[in-house]
Amino acid sequence: MTKKRLTPPLTDADIENLEIGDQVLITGTIYTARDAAHKRLVELLDEGKELPVDLKGQIIYYVGPTPAKPGQVIGSAGPTTSYRMDPYAPKLLAIGLKAMIGKGSRSQEVKDAMKKYKGCYLAAVGGAAALIAKSIKKAEVIAYPELGPEAIRKLEVEDFPAIVVNDCKGGDLYEEGVKKYQK
Amino acid sequence: MREISYEKIVAEVARLCREANYFLGEDVTKAFEKALADEESPTGKGILEQLIKNAEIARNEEVPMCQDTGVAVVFLEMGQDVTVSGGALYDAINDGVREGYEKGYLRKSMVEHPLQRKNTGDNTPAIIHTKIVTGDKLKITVAPKGGGSENMSGISMMAPAAGEEGVKKFVVETVRKAGPNPCPPIVVGVGIGGNFEKCALLAKEALLRPIGQPSDDEYAARLEREIFEEIRKLGIGPQGMGGRNTALAVHINVHPCHIASLPVAVNINCHASRHKSVIL
Repeated sequence: MTKKRLTPPLTDADIENLEIGDQVLITGTIYTARDAAHKRLVELLDEGKELPVDLKGQIIYYVGPTPAKPGQVIGSAGPTTSYRMDPYAPKLLAIGLKAMIGKGSRSQEVKDAMKKYKGCYLAAVGGAAALIAKSIKKAEVIAYPELGPEAIRKLEVEDFPAIVVNDCKGGDLYEEGVKKYQK
Repeated sequence: MREISYEKIVAEVARLCREANYFLGEDVTKAFEKALADEESPTGKGILEQLIKNAEIARNEEVPMCQDTGVAVVFLEMGQDVTVSGGALYDAINDGVREGYEKGYLRKSMVEHPLQRKNTGDNTPAIIHTKIVTGDKLKITVAPKGGGSENMSGISMMAPAAGEEGVKKFVVETVRKAGPNPCPPIVVGVGIGGNFEKCALLAKEALLRPIGQPSDDEYAARLEREIFEEIRKLGIGPQGMGGRNTALAVHINVHPCHIASLPVAVNINCHASRHKSVIL
């Protein structure tokens, strides 16, 4: 299968071009955030305040990396389970977030928001954290350093591998894939 | 009484924390290769290849296989003729975890209060399970446990009338509901019997058995085979994207229980199935 290339910032057209099961390679800037950072971002939105990062057209990677060893850009950095970010994700899609990278199923509310705002959900291979770290070329904490592994980081990635699980047409690879192999 | 020094325990626990996170078990490597040969889904095969490659990088560069380096779960089998010199045993375990996670560049994932949620900063306290046994040895097992798989575990206090069929249904349903979340292909640890807390511990201990080694209890071994076949039919596959290999193994531990009870616990482990032991 040919792999599709994604270079953020992403447009509606980039998202419309994606189908479930597509393998993608991401090159450029992506941002990390998980449980605690999401809570803070959405609290800021609810208070009408500015976010520490402009998420329009951007990709958020759900990850809390291990500390970097000397000489490493970042430690091991695989995806965390995404459903914990479900309560927050629709609000971020509404302000222009285009893609999320994690692992595991999303709620109906998140899937609806992806359809409505033209977003998508990508899965990286859970537990392949040492391998994935190889595609991260630069990492910098840009907000909430006190959260440690949960701080928001700006990552420069090159050919970061992921698979489209939810596209903006309502497709779900987890459901379709399982149907295909169920006995 | 044979003496083991506090410092020795600290150093060994620190080493086990690092090695459990860096080095995939040989039993798991073999199980990956078996799954790769067997897998029907091309996407599933690709994922298994990535996991094999990931384990090689982690081993060669001595870095964690997964960024979730887990809660440090520590199992102790303490001979009754052993004593610890120079300090308290549990302090030594926690000092070892602190050292292993700090010097091993492992992620600190413990929060000090479940609702206030401030990180303790050093991955302590460890969760420690102790058995007192005969002899003058101390066996220490460190089993780092990730949140993604732990969250998908379940317990059911069944009526004895539910029987074997009820137990099978509960285990398979727990795996089905977990879907892609616990990082399949998973290891399914099952505890049947005991009481509420005992069956949970039985399930966790079942995860320590080498992958694919059947239970010593013949009845449990048959159930393991049958549940494993049922799970293969679910179609969840590697990472939940569809395929045959949803589980690498089902391990069941059983224990006597009350005439009114049939407790069942399912503890799910991710594909890394991390644990390392030493006998001192």
